[in-house]
Amino acid sequence: MTDERARPGRRSRGKAPLDRDAEVHRLHRWESSAATDRRGGDIRRHTDVSTSAALDIPTRPDPAAPLSSIAQSGATGRATTSGPGRARRRRRRGLGTKALGAAGVVGMLLTWELLPLTGLVDARFLPPAHEAIGRLITNFGLTDFWVAVGDTMQAWALGMIIAVVLATVLGFIIGSSTFLRRFTNSTIEFLRPVPSVALIPLAVLLLGTDIESALMLIVYACFWQVLIQVLYGVADVDAVAMNTARSYGLGPFARIRYVTLPTALPFVMTGVRLAAAVALILAITAGLVIGTPGLGQEIVRAQSGGNYVSMYALVLATGLLGVLVNLVMRIIERKILSWHSSVRTEVAA
Amino acid sequence: MTSEHSQPTNKVISQSSVQDTPDGRIPVGKTMPGEQPMLSVQNLKKVYHTDGGDIEAVRNLTFDLPKGQLACLVGPSGSGKTTLLKCISGLMAPTEGEVTLHGEKVTGPPKSMAVVFQEYGRSLFPWLRVAENVELPLKNQGMDKTARREVVAEALEAVGLSHVPKSYPWQLSGGMQQRVAIARAVAYKPEVLLMDEPFAAVDAQTRADLEDLVRGIWKKLGVSVLFVTHDIDESVYLGERVIILSSSPTIIQEDLLVDLPDERDQLETRSSQRFSELRHHVYEQIQLAKKGFRPEDAVANANA
Amino acid sequence: MTYIRTVLHIIALPLILLAIWFVTTLGETSFFVPTPQVLVETFTETWTSERFVSDVFPSLGRLMIGIALSILIGIVGGLLIGSFRWLRALLEPTLEFFRAIPPPVLIPVIMLLIGIGDEMKVSVIVLGAVWPILLNTIEGVRSMDEVLADTSRTYGMNKINSIRYLILPSAMPQIMAGIRQSLSIALILMVISEMFASTEGLGFAIVQFQRSFAIPEMWSGIVLLGLLGVVLSFIFQLAERWILGWYHGLREIEQAA
Repeated sequence: MTDERARPGRRSRGKAPLDRDAEVHRLHRWESSAATDRRGGDIRRHTDVSTSAALDIPTRPDPAAPLSSIAQSGATGRATTSGPGRARRRRRRGLGTKALGAAGVVGMLLTWELLPLTGLVDARFLPPAHEAIGRLITNFGLTDFWVAVGDTMQAWALGMIIAVVLATVLGFIIGSSTFLRRFTNSTIEFLRPVPSVALIPLAVLLLGTDIESALMLIVYACFWQVLIQVLYGVADVDAVAMNTARSYGLGPFARIRYVTLPTALPFVMTGVRLAAAVALILAITAGLVIGTPGLGQEIVRAQSGGNYVSMYALVLATGLLGVLVNLVMRIIERKILSWHSSVRTEVAA
Repeated sequence: MTSEHSQPTNKVISQSSVQDTPDGRIPVGKTMPGEQPMLSVQNLKKVYHTDGGDIEAVRNLTFDLPKGQLACLVGPSGSGKTTLLKCISGLMAPTEGEVTLHGEKVTGPPKSMAVVFQEYGRSLFPWLRVAENVELPLKNQGMDKTARREVVAEALEAVGLSHVPKSYPWQLSGGMQQRVAIARAVAYKPEVLLMDEPFAAVDAQTRADLEDLVRGIWKKLGVSVLFVTHDIDESVYLGERVIILSSSPTIIQEDLLVDLPDERDQLETRSSQRFSELRHHVYEQIQLAKKGFRPEDAVANANA
Repeated sequence: MTYIRTVLHIIALPLILLAIWFVTTLGETSFFVPTPQVLVETFTETWTSERFVSDVFPSLGRLMIGIALSILIGIVGGLLIGSFRWLRALLEPTLEFFRAIPPPVLIPVIMLLIGIGDEMKVSVIVLGAVWPILLNTIEGVRSMDEVLADTSRTYGMNKINSIRYLILPSAMPQIMAGIRQSLSIALILMVISEMFASTEGLGFAIVQFQRSFAIPEMWSGIVLLGLLGVVLSFIFQLAERWILGWYHGLREIEQAA
């Protein structure tokens, strides 16, 4: 087959050992690639961020999981086909995979287009795909649409900022003291599973139907996501590193700056990324249920007004917004963590 | 180069080496007369296709493993040992050539073959207990429960683990975990047992115990064993025969008969004169292989 | 002594918070915040009588059916999609998009398509909660340890046994992580779907209380929802400890090493 290509200069005696060395080396790398980061839970976590663009959401660490959740390392606790080996295969199959993925999307749209035509679903309630997509494109030229998007994203951004700042500050304070960690643990574990939507009536009662109501829900839900990650991150600080810092006479603030913060940052970023998705869900939910201004409210309006094509266009818009938020948060995370050793390792390999 | 390495060769019985093949062909292992070949590897070649171009891991390998023999494959690191083993076990299709078992071509993992991997931690099912790990292949074969229980108990007894059937593998030490893997292979009652550097990751003392365990089991069960290792001492101590592989792309550097007494002992055997001669010879061959010496090159030189 | 200290750590802060609540509401009658006694009384009054049958029971039923269906569909679908590389490549972007749609926007859509009955609410729960399980199962199947897979192949494991003893347990940690996410999504969707178009259910009842300014009752509903979340998470943790006992043990040993 291709074996002739594989041994250039086979007959040129002088060069042979060199080629062989290189080949042995390559084979070595090839064979060990599967095992390179067998225990690299840390590496894998960030590998996923950078390489598995498509299925990142499910692989994200579950905020509620134990310190090293499976999402962060393989099922058996040993990463398996990740790392350089997987990255290489991914590249090689990249084109075919993309084509298949596109085919999948087209197939889905075709199904949607044909369903109302066959009469299986009432065309009034499920207009064909081209109508909804056409309406979505029209929307892109309308001020009202962008105002709704702006309202939603404003609630999203404000809620995120408040929740992240609160949770990070509190997380570092609680996390750096064993006493505070134990003291607050039960309360945190009790309040965390409380569904944020339970607060909807309270929000309406206290804050009405303005953006503040949405903010209350967003902040409540995101706060726990980030707080838990910060607590994990602070707890992950290497005792040896901390003792080294102490022995060189670094004060408490210097220790936070040079030891705790760098260790916790990847965790904080994971928390922020998770919170971004949750915040978007709640920003839109608040519009749907409470009627705070934004895309959610527009969807309800379109539905109750019988303007179903518009409703589907807006639902598509929320999906696109969700994809966009995930994408942007992933890029930000990678940018911020680019100095981090685990990310560097991946780039070097 | 040739004269350097031919000297020690005089002292050892070599089934085949460069000197034995005056026709200038790539040396070929032969089956010892009177023994029926069980596993046969014919002109095996494996090329990996990767982004960085093709990598020829195994160039041309031919050898037979007779029934009941314990042969060691030894070679410098990166000599494609694992690749070879994967091809033999049917986990990987060779690019060219074939592997036959009882004259039948191997296209997938054969029923009468068991493999013990180097990564004991990753080859045992962490969610199954020790006894369940050993039992699973038997259950899969449809063996009934009482028979299963008996075979499992026997196998665990044979590897000295009858006291921990209810433990999880990860609760045991590395050596014990590898014993579980061996017990699982033993319980499966294979005709050919392939072992891929099984003791590379255990400490030296445990290793000696495990080596004796393998020899004991081999004798008791009469299976053919193909034992891949990068440890020269281990290959000489364990094997009836040592097949020395060249560096990649792999061919057979030398096929060597180990004429040590059948009863081997960590102290006695290892300190014997013959052991150190053989060890010396294999060591030299491996060093040559590392430097890039290849029999085919020597042949080519001689012909030139 | 250490036992007592642990108990103190657990109950100290909640007790302090309760005390603050008690003291601040003492003597005055705030419209928005009921006193602890009033809340406890209202809670027992509201939720132990016929409301339990008329509101809590149907809500819980839909929640359980929704969760069960999500788990079933997610695992079966995930095993299927995860086992075939081409199928994964085909569906990945589409699933990614569905996953990114905020689940509550599906409520108006599904209301249109199948009305406002129980089917709608269960469908909403499933359509929102199935994604984390489905995608995590796919990822779990995909990240199978190669040596383990090779081992199973050399022992000639048949398809059913492979799924039962190899693929499912090896993906289980990821599946459980997915289920954990799904539980909170399912609970949220149960509440929202009832707030939207319903005549019974927990979500409906709470909104009713709020609209009729029955403040203590509304609070008691919020507390009930909170308790539901806590109980759900507790049950999950028990189940996880039982199902993934091997996994936690393994992790502990690896981390100690």
